[in-house]
Amino acid sequence: MLDLWRRVLPYLARYRGRIAFGLVALVLCRAFYLVVPQVLERAIDALEAGETGELWTFGGFIVAAAAGSAVFRYFMRWYLIGVSRYAEYDLRRDFYEHLQRLPATFHARYRVGDLLSRSAQDMNAVRMVLGPGVMYPVETVITTVGCFAFMLAISPRLTLITLGVMPVVSILMKVLGEKIFRRSEKVQAKMADISAVVQENAAAARLVRAFSQEDAQRRVFAKENEEYAGLSMKLVAVSAALFPLLLSLIGLGLAGTLVFGGRLAAAGAITVGELVAFLFYYGYLTWPMIALGWVVNIHQRGAASMKRLAAVFDAEPTPAPRAAESESRFPLDGAIEFRRVTFAYPPPAEGNAAAGNTDGNGNGKESPPVLSGFDLTIEPGQTVALVGRTGSGKSTVARLIPRIFDPQVGAIRIGGRDIREIPLERLRTSIGFVPQDSFLFSMPLRDNLAFGNPEAPPAAIERVADEAGLARDIADFPDGYDTLVGERGVTLSGGQRQRAAIARALLPDSSILVLDDVLSAVDSETESHILRAVRRASRSRTTVIVAHRLSTVMDADRIVLLDADAGGHTRIAEQGTHDELLAAGGLYAAMYRRQMLEEELSRL
Amino acid sequence: MTANARPPEDRTNGAKERPGDRRLLGRVLPYLLPYWKFVALGVGLVLVNTGAQLAGPYLTRIAIDDHIATGDIAGLTGILGLYAAMLALGFAAAYGQAWIVNLFGQRVMRDIRRDVFAHIQKLHTGWFDRNPVGKVVTRATSDVDALNELLSSGVVMIITDVVLLVGIMAALLFMNWQLALVTFGAVPALFTAGWIFRRRVRPAFRRVRAAVSAVNGFLQETLTGIEVLQLFRQERRRAREYRELNREHTGAHLQTVLCFSVFYPVVEMITAVTIAVIVGYGGSRLDSGALTVGGLVAFLMYSEMFFRPIRDLTEKFNILQGAMAASERIVGLLDTEPEIASPTKARAPVHRHGRLHLEGVSFAYNPDDWVLRDIELRIEPGETVALVGHTGSGKTTLAALLLRLYDVQRGAVRVDGLDVKQWPVEELRREFSMVQQDVHLFSGSVLDNIRLGDAGISEERARRAAEAAEVLNWARHLPQGLDTPLGERGGGLSQGQRQLVGIARVMARRTRVLVLDEATSSVDPETEHAVQTALSRVLENRTSLVIAHRLSTIRGADRIVVLHRGRIRETGSHAELLAAGGIYRRLYELQFAEEALPAA
Repeated sequence: MLDLWRRVLPYLARYRGRIAFGLVALVLCRAFYLVVPQVLERAIDALEAGETGELWTFGGFIVAAAAGSAVFRYFMRWYLIGVSRYAEYDLRRDFYEHLQRLPATFHARYRVGDLLSRSAQDMNAVRMVLGPGVMYPVETVITTVGCFAFMLAISPRLTLITLGVMPVVSILMKVLGEKIFRRSEKVQAKMADISAVVQENAAAARLVRAFSQEDAQRRVFAKENEEYAGLSMKLVAVSAALFPLLLSLIGLGLAGTLVFGGRLAAAGAITVGELVAFLFYYGYLTWPMIALGWVVNIHQRGAASMKRLAAVFDAEPTPAPRAAESESRFPLDGAIEFRRVTFAYPPPAEGNAAAGNTDGNGNGKESPPVLSGFDLTIEPGQTVALVGRTGSGKSTVARLIPRIFDPQVGAIRIGGRDIREIPLERLRTSIGFVPQDSFLFSMPLRDNLAFGNPEAPPAAIERVADEAGLARDIADFPDGYDTLVGERGVTLSGGQRQRAAIARALLPDSSILVLDDVLSAVDSETESHILRAVRRASRSRTTVIVAHRLSTVMDADRIVLLDADAGGHTRIAEQGTHDELLAAGGLYAAMYRRQMLEEELSRL
Repeated sequence: MTANARPPEDRTNGAKERPGDRRLLGRVLPYLLPYWKFVALGVGLVLVNTGAQLAGPYLTRIAIDDHIATGDIAGLTGILGLYAAMLALGFAAAYGQAWIVNLFGQRVMRDIRRDVFAHIQKLHTGWFDRNPVGKVVTRATSDVDALNELLSSGVVMIITDVVLLVGIMAALLFMNWQLALVTFGAVPALFTAGWIFRRRVRPAFRRVRAAVSAVNGFLQETLTGIEVLQLFRQERRRAREYRELNREHTGAHLQTVLCFSVFYPVVEMITAVTIAVIVGYGGSRLDSGALTVGGLVAFLMYSEMFFRPIRDLTEKFNILQGAMAASERIVGLLDTEPEIASPTKARAPVHRHGRLHLEGVSFAYNPDDWVLRDIELRIEPGETVALVGHTGSGKTTLAALLLRLYDVQRGAVRVDGLDVKQWPVEELRREFSMVQQDVHLFSGSVLDNIRLGDAGISEERARRAAEAAEVLNWARHLPQGLDTPLGERGGGLSQGQRQLVGIARVMARRTRVLVLDEATSSVDPETEHAVQTALSRVLENRTSLVIAHRLSTIRGADRIVVLHRGRIRETGSHAELLAAGGIYRRLYELQFAEEALPAA
């Protein structure tokens, strides 16, 4: 709870003027509000005494008091609830911008859906603390103090009865509220399971039909569905009790007040008007008491949610270079050197709903290293192909170059400098990278191609589209380069997406080009065409190509064959030109021979 | 988030027209009828509860007029007992009512959800091409929930509120009809305020929903593309764009805050005016003896009770509208006819050999955009036919037609001589096993994914298949080997590993026909070699259609069919096709010549 306020306070502090305004409005609103029973008291006592002359004056007072209360209630809500929205804006902005700066180690550990729910549900839970979580406790205190002052003035003994009921209301609200919350969490989790089944079945509609899995899946769904109904009823068993119980308790207190107050009135200790006023004050106390229990729950949930947000806020962005120097804007020299690099992927933040034990920095238990004492040197302007079997670590090597991940041990140097000492901006500007998963944003194709260089002239964009073999496809698109692609636009084929990703990487004036197994979705004709064009366009660039098929990289200056040794660590099994490797007669030659053999077989 | 994912084209898909309210009722009613007793009991309890609630102010009146005024202390204690009894009764009735109503809602929801899912399972593949996954999920989850709102909070609560309102009015009229009529003046005022509020708050909420989904959508895209974003150093630009959306998000919420900030004080004012009128007008009636002080107090208390049901009713109206829209969508889904279903007089051939025949088949996903044209292809039992062709030549579509995942527009697809449209769908598909290029894994263990709910496959057989398909090779390194549960969509497995699981699926089954759709495209050539050897054993004596990217993988085929722009252009053995010097030769040369000769 303390942590929650320590983190949240700076966000509120910015709006202290508004908060002060709101609090003043709150006090005034309550003050006017509490006057109404006083007027009623006098009106009824006047009636008891048989004086009816001033009744409309009393009515006028009631309306006037209510008007004052209403006006300030408006300011109270507008300022105090409004502030929570402003603070939420700031918090959300910081959350988003922090997420953007977090390295791939972080994003590899948290699922997208998990982060989305932090940004939606948890953010809202914290927001509730900032708005209602501030407003209602203050309101409760003011109302309680005011009511008790008036009630004590009427009859201290009668006030004791009220004192007996009200805390019970608060405690009940809190205890049941907590229980309801926990059960409803279970219900929601089950709903997530149901969604997952439906999602799977919609996404794999073909498979389900091809394997006649409809009935099997129906059974899976029926089970979840039944469990959901059961859990829901468990929730209802508690939640259905809450308000009837509260109302009954409050009613009981009211009845007690009526009877004991009635005795006092009958005995002449208090007037009937006072009794009625007392009943009204009693009624005024109910809502704040209910709110109090609710507010406690808001704070507890807010604290839990803040913890989940904190796991993100406390994660460290990619460390900046130690000495921030003024750097030239020219691309780096393209020499790349891996020196005794050891690297292991961070473990996924599994079960990250209970984020307490994950600190977001990848300091948890690490998986076994993929690379261990790995060395590799690439000369400027060279084209080096990384080949090897599935899972041999080719992509890992490629992804270390632009610091998607940082190695745990050892260093990678570009142009002779440790890449951790080069400003990230400059490092990444110098590298054109085509990731395995060719993600495009929901924006016009043109903007996607110019993603790294929004200022690029149309001619340059068209040139790279042509080099990547995409120009002809674009001509067929409804709006050419302005066609909206991505999730909300036209769906491109896998090959088109990959070519767009290549074009995107070709556009910047980089000294290094890294292609991480980018051509899996195009056929060999397109593939060879693109590769030829890319090499032509990147003659001066150091090019690192991760490739699945040997045939695609035979003309590389150097082919590096990676293979996992007995311990599962990637090492360089062989390297050289295609001819050298063939002559060496090792694994590469064997792999190649098998391809040849297959070819011969198929020639029969 | 799914709740917001209601794209505007919703109604046009699936439902043929917007169902009228009466028709809607006709479709939803059958789900409610089995549980009518719950509803009856619930309404009965509502009446009890309302009675108990109304007793409070009336007992107060009696207490003041008959006992306090006369000094009858003993009678006052009796009132306390009566009051407590009423509270206990009210509690029991309210709890019972909430419980029974929710039970009703949950049962109905369960049934509807079951039917929605069952119906989704009946729908044809083409429907899923047109309807995004998120929308399908919304139908079975949030929409059904919204319908529950209609059933439990909606209808029953409205009944409760109306009963309470009528009860209060009756009590007021009973005590003093003149004052009652004056007090009723608050009702239209409250309804008007509620109506104006609703009109203002609805667009505000709509704006909030749009803003929330924009913010979430943007964040989702950022997270999915975070690597690209960072590599291309566009953090600052994206952050600027996000601030725009965030600002709109805040603005939209502030609009609703404004609505509520005005509405609550207005209600407060109406309440105050009502109280003032009761005091002023009611007090003056006291003189004539038409009203007592206790009666006046009871009046004040009833008038306080007035406002809750009225406010609830105005709010319920929104829920009702949302629920109507949701049930429209659900009914729309349930009314979507499965285009592919077993014929009423389905029959299946007695003798099955796995003979396939595409007889003059033409097919288009979208009208007139032909993907396949005049396909004439016979595959004899036990024969292995390789289908080759450029990307987009229609190979995968052709395979899908065999399993009747789509219906052809012209011609016929025959399996063992019988048109697939005449087969019972499930039985037809059981004749096949298929490996798709993009293998989908369900949550469950590796082994579960190989058996895929087929009880006929023993664990032993599934394990053997895993071994033959080279799955065991890497799966043995997983924490629990083949029993390791796979996460969301088989998270963590590479495309190639998934394909191997897909191949194991096929190996574990003994169907007559095999369809391999680029089954090993992402498997590295080393592993592929091993898998091919195992596969070639499986292909023996089975009819098989092999679609391959790499021509080397089809060397065992009896016949090669070349598909080009939706037409069969060449058929023959490898040697024949090479000699013919056509498309195949070109494909072949492109692939092999480049591999054989070091490029310049």
